[in-house]
Amino acid sequence: MNSTVVLRKYGSFLVLGFLLLILALFYPGVLSFSNVANVFSQVAVVGICAVGMTFVMLTGGIDLSVGSLVALTGAVGAWLNTHGGFHWSLAWVGAVLVGMLCGLISGLFVQWGKMPPFIATLSMMAIARGATLLITRGYPISGTSSGFNYAGWAYLGPFPVSGLLMLVLIAIAWVVLRKTRFGTYVYAVGDDPETARLAGISISKVRVIVYVISGACSAFGGLLMVGRLWSAQPNVGMGMELDVIASVVLGGTSLFGGVGGVGGTLIGVLIMGFLDNGLRMLELSSYLQQVVKGAVFIGVVGADLYFKKVRSGKC
Amino acid sequence: MNLTFKEGGTVSPASPKLLLLMRDIHKRYPGVYALRGVSFSVHAGEVHALVGENGAGKSTLVKILEGAVQPDAGEIWVGGRKVSWRGPRDAIEAGISVIHQELSLAPHLTVAQNIFLGREPRGGLFIDRRRMTEESRKIFSELGVDIDADAQVSALTVGEQQLVEIARALSRNARIIAMDEPTSSLSAKETESLFKVIKDLKKKGVGIIYISHRLEEIFEIADRVSVLRDGELVGSGPLSKFSQEEIVSLMVGREIKAFFPRTAAPLSEVVLEVRNLTRKGVFSDVSFSLRRGEILGIAGLVGSGRSDVAMSIFGAYPPDAGEILFEGKPIKIGSPRDAIARGIFLVPEDRKVQGLFLNMSVKHNLTIVELLKKFKLLSLVNEKAREERAREFIRELSIRCGSLNAEIRSLSGGNQQKVVIAKGLSVEPKVLILDEPTRGIDVGAKAEVHRLMDDLTRRGISILMISSELPEVMGMSDRVLVMRSGRIVASFDRENLSGERIMMAAAGGSE
Repeated sequence: MNSTVVLRKYGSFLVLGFLLLILALFYPGVLSFSNVANVFSQVAVVGICAVGMTFVMLTGGIDLSVGSLVALTGAVGAWLNTHGGFHWSLAWVGAVLVGMLCGLISGLFVQWGKMPPFIATLSMMAIARGATLLITRGYPISGTSSGFNYAGWAYLGPFPVSGLLMLVLIAIAWVVLRKTRFGTYVYAVGDDPETARLAGISISKVRVIVYVISGACSAFGGLLMVGRLWSAQPNVGMGMELDVIASVVLGGTSLFGGVGGVGGTLIGVLIMGFLDNGLRMLELSSYLQQVVKGAVFIGVVGADLYFKKVRSGKC
Repeated sequence: MNLTFKEGGTVSPASPKLLLLMRDIHKRYPGVYALRGVSFSVHAGEVHALVGENGAGKSTLVKILEGAVQPDAGEIWVGGRKVSWRGPRDAIEAGISVIHQELSLAPHLTVAQNIFLGREPRGGLFIDRRRMTEESRKIFSELGVDIDADAQVSALTVGEQQLVEIARALSRNARIIAMDEPTSSLSAKETESLFKVIKDLKKKGVGIIYISHRLEEIFEIADRVSVLRDGELVGSGPLSKFSQEEIVSLMVGREIKAFFPRTAAPLSEVVLEVRNLTRKGVFSDVSFSLRRGEILGIAGLVGSGRSDVAMSIFGAYPPDAGEILFEGKPIKIGSPRDAIARGIFLVPEDRKVQGLFLNMSVKHNLTIVELLKKFKLLSLVNEKAREERAREFIRELSIRCGSLNAEIRSLSGGNQQKVVIAKGLSVEPKVLILDEPTRGIDVGAKAEVHRLMDDLTRRGISILMISSELPEVMGMSDRVLVMRSGRIVASFDRENLSGERIMMAAAGGSE
């Protein structure tokens, strides 16, 4: 194994380690149990969306609608629970179905409408945001039941439930991607669509399904977000797609598909989480935080391009 | 045959009429000796045809000429001066233009913009569009062709686009123009007007290198001809000294040195039959049958429709008309998935783009097609079983790889090819379509693939083999079909096969 392969495979670990080291120098409490638990609860929504995004990006696509779907599905769930009077579990099911439906529409536009994923999901981003504002009339929906909110804010002993749910979802996704036929197909489609087609894989099905998965994940994220804020906020999740995509790419999943995985995504999510956490502790202005995040994102994409060049240079 | 005379020794590089002299050019690639001491020259006002089979070294020679590739040894003289080029730019400045088979125009720009791309005349700060248009018009009127300089290139026919490329070459003051298969996508009328332009260019003292497989055209337009074979110049001289047959035999004329392990197949029942298969604009009226345990070779030039027929049978590009019968019953194949379910598998022409998942391990590449058949979409794949299966293939086909988890790209071309074939075998096919089964792999691996093919047919698998390598076609096939321009033009049994006859049929020469 040469050095670029090592960097490609373990680069995200190195970045995370390096980041923690720097933060620990300025603020020794960064690795304390309570701070780590805090970070896990804060990254849970982004992390859960990033799981779905990993599926999409492994096939070579991208989903820009995740932030808007978080808001929409949260609002749908909260509306069903409060105005609709449904039990929280049914409200959750309804919200997840809406998320999957939105994902399905994006996927169909990408696959059968032959639209670039960027455009299809950008449109979905606008539509979902607009729908959220219509449902909420621009005001937060509060009054969701405590069962509805539990997963978003509660702790099981010292562990935040939302963080645990994220880990469970990542574990499930890992098994699906690494151990099932469908997972292999996700990689195959992103690696080389033509080879996949000639191997008898129905690439259109795979491409649509990953957007549905992404929609479902966004819905889980949206429901947790309602619990965390004790209300469905119409403007929640704006700009979140950047955090999600950055986490996935930081975790080593290539923007060009076929390379990476959900294990790396966890590392990427933690990098973004601790970066957030650290910048806040250093009391940098939130405007500057945005700049830093943007810069990190550019750096990560640059590294991805570089690794792609190395890969193709070798064959 | 005493037609060969080696150039370079007798010609003075400083001779005034000599536009280009390439002397004793050598070029090696890993595993391939692409050019072995080839010399080639072009005089002012002549058309020098360059012919040879696929892989004979023509394209390497052209790449060296246009500065895209540096020779390992040898000299290049242009207009009496020795040159050495660092890149294509130097070659263009020296007055050399190459017009490739795939045209390189920007489709959304106008004709004039394309002609002056990268060298736009300026009036003050801005581009002088009027001058661009006027100068383009001037060039076209000198060429005697009627093309609107302000038209968008995408609105032109392929033939017109080619003339735009020629105009661009002239606007760069090209003294030497090389054309690679210029007529391959032209109609008869367009070909005629291209020839008129070429004759005009000759009068103006431009030297033309004309690369083509079409012997009739060469006899119509060329003054001299050089024949390449396996990287060597095997014949060169004025065209009047050659007949079509002589050129063909120079192109082909090698003894079949390699040993082909083909054992004769017993006659048995027809497995696959194709009737009047047609895909509009690509191939038409293709009919043939394939027997159990038979190797049916399809020969023909690149672009003759061979691979397209294979892709249609495999369902990758379904045909517009015609019938496919499998084991006597008509079947419909709408996608590769259907074909694989029936027991038809295709090993595609381009291993890297169509056959392998380059980011995946050897193990995953070997087992991915089999997964399709044996597992439900979300059931867990038994890793042990997968490894066991991969190991079986590695043993059976003696694939040499570091480990099961080695990256597929770390394997040699020959071993990669075996992986692609194994992928097909994993679904126990009845018909295996092999498109260029041994392209770009070394001699040892070739022999192994050939032996494997023979083994497979003895197990009752039928093979449809497409190949551009004549020795392979002749050594491995029980029967050979020859395609030209989307049609089957000849069919030979093993007894009456000859390289000359195949080449003649493929190139469309008159027998």
